[in-house]
Amino acid sequence: MITAPFEYARPRSVDEAQSLLNKYGSDAKVIAGGQSLIPLMRLRLSQPTALIDIQGIRGLNEVRRDNGSVEIGALVRHVDIQRNAMLRESLPILVEMSNDVGDNQVRNLGTIGGVIAHGDAAGDYNAVALMLDAEIITNKRRHQARDFYRDIFTTALEHDEVVTAVRFPVSTGRFAYTKFRRRLYDWAIAGVAVQETGSSWRVGYVNLATTPRRGSAVEAALAGGASAADAAAQSGSDIDPTSDVRATAEYKRHLTQVLTVRTLQKATMAA
Amino acid sequence: MTQSVAMTINGRRREDHVEPRLLLVHYLREVAGLTGTHIACDTSQCGACTVLIDGEAVKSCSVFTVQADGRQVTTIEGLAEDGVLHPIQQAFWNEHGLQCGFCTPGFIMAAAYLLRQNPSPTDEEIERGLEGNLCRCTGYENIRKAVRSASQAMNRAGAEPTAQLVGSAAAPVED
Repeated sequence: MITAPFEYARPRSVDEAQSLLNKYGSDAKVIAGGQSLIPLMRLRLSQPTALIDIQGIRGLNEVRRDNGSVEIGALVRHVDIQRNAMLRESLPILVEMSNDVGDNQVRNLGTIGGVIAHGDAAGDYNAVALMLDAEIITNKRRHQARDFYRDIFTTALEHDEVVTAVRFPVSTGRFAYTKFRRRLYDWAIAGVAVQETGSSWRVGYVNLATTPRRGSAVEAALAGGASAADAAAQSGSDIDPTSDVRATAEYKRHLTQVLTVRTLQKATMAA
Repeated sequence: MTQSVAMTINGRRREDHVEPRLLLVHYLREVAGLTGTHIACDTSQCGACTVLIDGEAVKSCSVFTVQADGRQVTTIEGLAEDGVLHPIQQAFWNEHGLQCGFCTPGFIMAAAYLLRQNPSPTDEEIERGLEGNLCRCTGYENIRKAVRSASQAMNRAGAEPTAQLVGSAAAPVED
């Protein structure tokens, strides 16, 4: 299918991108790899009047580590995350996830900034950003991930705001991610991420509500000394799945409980 | 409103004026006349439209032509040199790595990228490497054989992939 017509601009700086967004108004959209946006435009579920292509902006594709944090530029692609030796040391859960995003062709174009700005509950990195208290850096401000994801495909980003980087705490404890899906390149029917930080566990849920979710109840149970199975039994209050063509809400709730146990076991046995 | 684009396709530079919404696959087929790149699912799942941009596999149904401005594009037509099939094409021929053949150009381009990154993939790595391509005839066994056989042939020959394939491809995956 052919997309609706749009105007196209390729700014050289973030400032220029912002002024173009203001010039074209609220129906303009930022495009990076386009691996979520272009399919939506082709289905005409999205009909922006202008696309501001930020791929030519320098300095947005770097990965840096300082003071216990790693900062990943918005234009860093999935394939770059897969290959980054420093991230493998500092934030291995993200590298593990990147291997399972889409397929080679999608990973060669799709970016972390795109995943964050798109705000899809099925976007694997969003659950990790949320559970690790990441910071989302834009041309205008720094957002705490916990305040960022508002509703389905809805974030705290304003219309002329451009994600420039995401900052995660270095997380070298035990971790695991389980992406349950029918085919390799699918989205998760249910995704469960766990990360040990200090003496506690963080839990994140992918595609189990309209936004990414943190497993707060499960985390609290684990902190109180509950077994993996007893903690996982609390997952029902952390998620809010809906029925779709892939699975019923009831099945997803059951799946979440099972996968939470398995993912915790995977993390603790891997060590 | 059109936009001017310039890119190198299979080693040949061309310049055109295109609508921003023109997808790369439509540009390649309808403007550049290179119909070896196929359109199938049209929803970025099947990989039949796979081409290389600067040596990296992408689905050309999910890229706007304007995004490829200034880049090097390699299509299936760019693999054979002087009428001699590329070793991957030859391997698909030898191993009958196709049934109806519709998905074949996409599989071969995805395999070209895979073998560039990993010249000696295991069967599992071949499966993972081609996860973005679908064969509705379900001819996966022979496709996997063909890629394995191409890998062996290319390693034996010490054959570097063609010049266009090398492009400015990113470094091979570590370890």
